[in-house]
Amino acid sequence: MNLLEYTFQQIINAVSQGSMFALVAVGLSIIFSLLRLTNFAHGDMMMVGAFGTLVMQLAGVPFLLAVLLGIVISALVGIIIERIAYRPVRGAPDVTMLLTSVALTYILENLGILLFTSSPRNFPLPDWLNASFNLADGRISFTSINLLTFGLTLLALLFLAWFVRNTQVGLGMRAAAEDLTASYLVGINVNTVIVVAFVMASSFAGLAGVLWAAQAGVVEPHMGFTPLLKAFVAAIIGGFGSIPGAIIGGFVLGALEVLIQSLPSEWGLGAYRDAIVFTLLIAFLLFRPGGIVGVKQEVKL
Amino acid sequence: MSETLLKIEQLEVNYGAVRALKNVSLEVKSGEVVALLGANGAGKSTTLRAISGLVKAKSGGITYANQNIARLNPTQIVALGVSHSPEGRRVFPGMTVLENLRLGASQRNDKENIQADIDRMFEMFPILSERKTQTAGTLSGGEQQMLALTRALMNRPKMLLLDEPSLGIAPLIVRQIFATLAELKKTGTTILLVEQNVNIALNLADRAYVLRTGEIVLNGSASELRLNSERVAQAYLGGGIETQDSRAA
Ligand SMILES: Nc1ncnc2c1ncn2[C@@H]1O[C@H](COP(=O)(O)OP(=O)(O)OP(=O)(O)O)[C@@H](O)[C@H]1O
Ligand SMILES: [Mg+2]
Repeated sequence: MNLLEYTFQQIINAVSQGSMFALVAVGLSIIFSLLRLTNFAHGDMMMVGAFGTLVMQLAGVPFLLAVLLGIVISALVGIIIERIAYRPVRGAPDVTMLLTSVALTYILENLGILLFTSSPRNFPLPDWLNASFNLADGRISFTSINLLTFGLTLLALLFLAWFVRNTQVGLGMRAAAEDLTASYLVGINVNTVIVVAFVMASSFAGLAGVLWAAQAGVVEPHMGFTPLLKAFVAAIIGGFGSIPGAIIGGFVLGALEVLIQSLPSEWGLGAYRDAIVFTLLIAFLLFRPGGIVGVKQEVKL
Repeated sequence: MSETLLKIEQLEVNYGAVRALKNVSLEVKSGEVVALLGANGAGKSTTLRAISGLVKAKSGGITYANQNIARLNPTQIVALGVSHSPEGRRVFPGMTVLENLRLGASQRNDKENIQADIDRMFEMFPILSERKTQTAGTLSGGEQQMLALTRALMNRPKMLLLDEPSLGIAPLIVRQIFATLAELKKTGTTILLVEQNVNIALNLADRAYVLRTGEIVLNGSASELRLNSERVAQAYLGGGIETQDSRAA
């Protein structure tokens, strides 16, 4: 395997990994930008999406339709938690909202355990998704899932970019993130904006959950925990509250993880992957809290 | 006399323990330009915030077009045709001039007329047209003020609340903005204008109120107050409290 092929293989891995982080991080960032809420329950939308898809498949729904319904279920759960958990504490001190989201995580994960038990379940995939492709006589390989992950992430992010530029609700979303008071004054329906933001964030996380489960081959109630932490790191190093920041942060983190994994094993750094990632997070928080894109501190009236 | 469009009665507003407005009563008739003057911290901005629903009155009434609006939220008040161009302009800095203008039309249902209105705004301030794809944060202070004003106008307001449109802006641009306000006045737009620049405000206004530490201490027609600049200055700084009632007595 020559260097070019090796690099190409690692890029495929990095893009696939980064897509997933970006997909989850974008939702975290959108919600944070509007509500100053670090939504820990966001990771559980991955579980909801994956279990939703699983249940639909078990009920005999064809795979792609099942995925779509799984995502719709995530979006609905997003709407419900916004309405019954977050709206009542909107405008409360940040720590109140934070604790609400932590409580919500416990509730959702325990609901998951109650319904599906805590043992991992097999996540069935159609054969075409298990197909793998080989290039350069098998020295470069990737699966349909890699392709699908990247393709669907790209579609989702392009849709988001279009949405926030061309629709009135999307413009309102950016405006409310920049200056909430001014958005009330120009008559933006802030409630609508926030509900739509939860729909977007939750369906993106639901999609990420399905892709994650497809790669891991299993679903389980705590599956959202690790990706949530990683997405959180990605959102912060990109610039918390910024959509481009979350996307950049997601891909940077994906690349970094793959890079650490691909370092010579005699260096012994692979085992410290998470430690390195979180050290990077702390470094950003200390020296560049605005992240890569340099998010400005919020304005207060 | 034309009818009363806005009527504030014995308005009291607190920020936590801070009492910002004690007992403010004022009214604005349809088509009138009324100036609200006063020193820093007098409560001018708070009065506008109470009208547009950003802060809630502790007591007192706010009636707009014969409807009690004291309990409505800001979005509902914008939908009634009240536009508030806030202190410090508050344009959306990361969004383009065009996007800012489109957002000003958030509560309008006649989507088909919005583009024509944007064109009208560009005729009013051609410089904004040159800057239309630039983000608002890159505009000069004067251009941002033009944008804040036109963004408020995109709601096709019956009543315009303006908070210090001259703040921190070069005299030439201030004149341009006030010339536009004079045009708006001719077309019948009702304006409640908060200003620290007394002369320029009284030149535009029909009537004025002077606020001091949360109370109206003087009011009268603009022409009368222009001739009596000493009394205005005194009211600002805190001579004897003088209202229409006390003068009548
Ligand atoms: N968010 C707030 N929290 C606490 N007190 C406030 C707040 N906003 C205003 N105040 C206080 O209320 C009073 C009135 O403030 P307001 O902003 O209405 O004054 P103003 O007349 O607009 O002054 P300026 O000319 O400086 O803009 C002041 O004493 C001010 O300190
Ligand atoms: Mg003020």
